[in-house]
Amino acid sequence: MPGFDFSNYNRNAALHARGVPLPKATSTGTTIVGCIYDGGVVIAADTRATSGPIVADKNCEKLHYISPNIWCAGAGTAADTEFTTALISSQLELHSLSTGRKPRVVTCMTLLKQHLFRYQGHIGAYLVVAGVDPTGTHLFTVHAHGSTDKLPYVTMGSGSLAAMSVFETQWRPKLTQEDAVKLCSDAILAGIFNDLGSGSNVDVAVITSEKTTLKRNYIKPNERTQKLKSYKFARGTTNVLNEKIIRKEDLGNFVTVEEISVAGPGDQMEVDA
Amino acid sequence: MEFGTSGSLNEDGIHVDMDRLKKGEVNLGTSIMAVTFKDGVILGADSRTTTGAFIANRVTDKLTRVHDTIWCCRSGSAADTQAVADIVQYQLGLFAMRNGKPPTTQTAASIFQEICYSNKDRLSAGLIIAGWDERHGGQVYSIPLGGSLHKQPYAIGGSGSTYIYGFCDSNWKEGMEEAEAVAFVKEALKEAIKWDGSSGGVIRMVVLTAKGADRHLYLPDSDYKIRHAT
Repeated sequence: MPGFDFSNYNRNAALHARGVPLPKATSTGTTIVGCIYDGGVVIAADTRATSGPIVADKNCEKLHYISPNIWCAGAGTAADTEFTTALISSQLELHSLSTGRKPRVVTCMTLLKQHLFRYQGHIGAYLVVAGVDPTGTHLFTVHAHGSTDKLPYVTMGSGSLAAMSVFETQWRPKLTQEDAVKLCSDAILAGIFNDLGSGSNVDVAVITSEKTTLKRNYIKPNERTQKLKSYKFARGTTNVLNEKIIRKEDLGNFVTVEEISVAGPGDQMEVDA
Repeated sequence: MEFGTSGSLNEDGIHVDMDRLKKGEVNLGTSIMAVTFKDGVILGADSRTTTGAFIANRVTDKLTRVHDTIWCCRSGSAADTQAVADIVQYQLGLFAMRNGKPPTTQTAASIFQEICYSNKDRLSAGLIIAGWDERHGGQVYSIPLGGSLHKQPYAIGGSGSTYIYGFCDSNWKEGMEEAEAVAFVKEALKEAIKWDGSSGGVIRMVVLTAKGADRHLYLPDSDYKIRHAT
């Protein structure tokens, strides 16, 4: 029979009903933010990736390229944010080539929401879409189920509450570029320090009509420093009670040794290069 | 997304229960309404969008344009209602180009109903469609969860509407003046926002008449008294 086989769906549902847990995906328990200012838009993200309680990556990249003038910050399932942004980036470039126009942020947002809506939330991508196009500066959020919002400043991910508290107390209209970068990085720092799912460094991207500047690891507030004391054990801490040396020639007395002849001369594999 | 916990395996086979409301979905726990008045219709809504207990957007625009003088109020799932409204906006745009004249409110409501009814198992969308057209003037249609279509002199919807059935029933008047109708919508939504925890933020309105669409915005800072620029 041609077509898809869904029998594993029922198997998985039955296993789950019997108490078998689902496999864990690497998720970016994240803080991501975005903010419009006079002359462009800034987006920022932390760099921690988690798998349950484990930090899977201490310095991952959550700012994704869509087109030279459109970038995305991603939260949710790491693989889903990576692949949906790559897919829409590709579609947008082909669309731009066929129309002979620069890609627009609304186009990107619409492609993303229609893609995510089709998958009814099963693609766990929560995105902040930002960019500058011939129609102006834009900032959107796109949720996994396909809903979108348009706001002057946005936060997403598990650290969104901490980050939003910074925006709600510090934000004002008509920010300069320096102010916007400071505000966004402060919001991410709030997430890094107050949310367990977020941590490590701050990545920032500044988008203007002229150019995009990606500031990778703009702030590194969690650098590992030299430990104040050495915790190495001094040689001889564990005393030797007895000693027994087995030489290679006598190895045969303990295990079965089989010598393997090497095929041709000068063709050996480098094993300990 | 995780599976629901209501699945089971027994002699009769496998039973899988899909959760009616998808987990972690963005919801419009809402107060929305639309009323007819002498010269047309007024749509009104609060501005709160929630994900569980978190307010995802405090200045949401739940009043969505589907044609120049046909708008809708959205309640339920944000994703579902946006998707439906986008489809209808496209259909009405096509309709206007093919026929060389704008669609009627009834046409718009019928397209909405077709989508809501044929996908009733997959959607959680409660919509109110209101519009002004040359032939019928101002009209209000309501499409609740099952996908039925009701033409009404005024309609209320969303979680906050339960608190204002009494208010609306005793204060509604046929053929009000514009200012009177604006005041009616505002007072009703103020009560809905006051009593419903899932509603809040600003009050948005759209007045649809022969002159086109006119947007209103009222902020809680001034007790919703002053009309602000949009």
